Amino acid sequence: MYSQMVLDHFKNPRNVGVIENADGVGEVGNPVCGDMMTFYIKVKDNVIEDVKFQTFGCGAAIAVSSMVSEMALGKTLEEASQISNKRVAEALEGLPKQKMHCSNLGADALHKAIEDYKKKKEGEAYKPAPKKCYCPFCDVENPEESEICTGCGKGLHDEHGHEHVH
Amino acid sequence: MPVIYTDHAAAMPLDPKVFEAMVPYFKEFYGNPSSIHEDGENARQALEEARGRVARLIAAQPEELIFTSCGTESNNLALKGIALAHQSKGKEIIISGVEHFSIMHCANALEKAGFHITRLPVDPYGLVDPGAVERAITPQTILVSVMHSNPEVGTIEPIAEIGKITRAKGVLFHTDAVDSVGNIPVDVNELNVDLLSLASSTFYGPKGAGALYIRKGVKIQPLLDGGIQERGLRAGTENVPAIVGMGVAADLAREEIPRRMSYLKSLSVRLTEELPKRIPYIRFLGHPTQRLPGNVSVAVEYIEGEAMLLFMDMEGVRLSSGSACISRSLKVSHVMLAMGIDAATAQGSLLFSFGMQNKPEDVDHILQVLPPIVERLRNMSPVYRKAMAKKA
Repeated sequence: MYSQMVLDHFKNPRNVGVIENADGVGEVGNPVCGDMMTFYIKVKDNVIEDVKFQTFGCGAAIAVSSMVSEMALGKTLEEASQISNKRVAEALEGLPKQKMHCSNLGADALHKAIEDYKKKKEGEAYKPAPKKCYCPFCDVENPEESEICTGCGKGLHDEHGHEHVH
Repeated sequence: MPVIYTDHAAAMPLDPKVFEAMVPYFKEFYGNPSSIHEDGENARQALEEARGRVARLIAAQPEELIFTSCGTESNNLALKGIALAHQSKGKEIIISGVEHFSIMHCANALEKAGFHITRLPVDPYGLVDPGAVERAITPQTILVSVMHSNPEVGTIEPIAEIGKITRAKGVLFHTDAVDSVGNIPVDVNELNVDLLSLASSTFYGPKGAGALYIRKGVKIQPLLDGGIQERGLRAGTENVPAIVGMGVAADLAREEIPRRMSYLKSLSVRLTEELPKRIPYIRFLGHPTQRLPGNVSVAVEYIEGEAMLLFMDMEGVRLSSGSACISRSLKVSHVMLAMGIDAATAQGSLLFSFGMQNKPEDVDHILQVLPPIVERLRNMSPVYRKAMAKKA
């Protein structure tokens, strides 16, 4: 199901951990949606000189976080802001279709950490963004409490496709 | 690396004796049971012999069994076939909230076609309250369907008690016993059921064979129109090799159920007793005693199931989880949600389902490899970090 690159990052995730006194922190998702990621960055002279993450989630979510952290390390804030979910998925040699939403989360978490850093620098208090879930069918972002995806209209909380041979 | 297969709820190995019995029906006995020549007669006899064997396993009469292709087909035939045949009496059907998809989605389809579906809640163990069934029955109710046992959490439902109620009320009662038949005793008369689904693949038989027990005198409408196989209730040339295999598997099961139960229970009990000593913050799901003997369903808090499954797979251990990340539609197990387990906890659920080829050492191996995997994933989990900070 997963590419060799995904399995490699899942088995040996890079930059796992927490930065105490981080310059920026970004958190996205929540366990109810299935995945949750927290990114921590240290910034010096506009460059991300350290990055760490923690992830609750599946193999793809862990691999995505690891890849995002690797792509962000040593980049300027502008360069890191350009890291997109598409580029992350490409760097991982592809993700299964139903796991693409995981790559959105990884890039989002990093961008939120950058945002947080910028706000702190401007003297504003960090306000966590409202909790959101990505629709597993079309990737559109929805408020966590939504019953129906605003993008494709599919139910976000109905029965799953857990399979037993019957 | 040795492979430890503990996902028998998903698929089971074929008993070698079953396989041997099937082989001639792929080779020399390929006749169609509907043909009147000798080759057809041989196939028909094999079919009827298998029918007798499967009937004996559930204490039914052979003519009360209709062969199908799988448990899903049996469930479809039961729900839709009864709904269509009895709709002039009423259009209400009662099911539970923890049914297999082949019941749940059938009920959804019938609902769209104008039937009224009542979905009964379950308690935190996943049990249906027979009293709730009684209260839900109205003069328009034509069918109650409650599963015999749930493969995801292991709970065995009080079918005999519910059957007493439906019998007294004159309402037909179906049970999806796919995960029970061949593994624990199932007797259609003791259970007071009118219809019962079973599948060969859940008791060391081949995939591709199932059956629906229909009590004598119960009217049902076929779903497949065609020839007059299976008394006209299920058209289509019978899958003779698979049905022969199911028959042999049924005979083996009848003999071996007590031994299977005590052996599988010994594995489950050991895992259930030892896991909490090695992993903190876990909870077992399903009923503590009224459960399938080989089933251990456990929620590991603060981490997600698919990640655990991938690491376990790398250690040679095959198992399952109710996590949304595993399902094709990315939804958490509806069974766990119906039991009141929150979505985050269900995400970290693991299902071990043991089979007869598992060895006591397999439990040792699981106990050895799972704790470091859990620790590793918790160490990278922001949810765990927050929970621990709160506890500190």
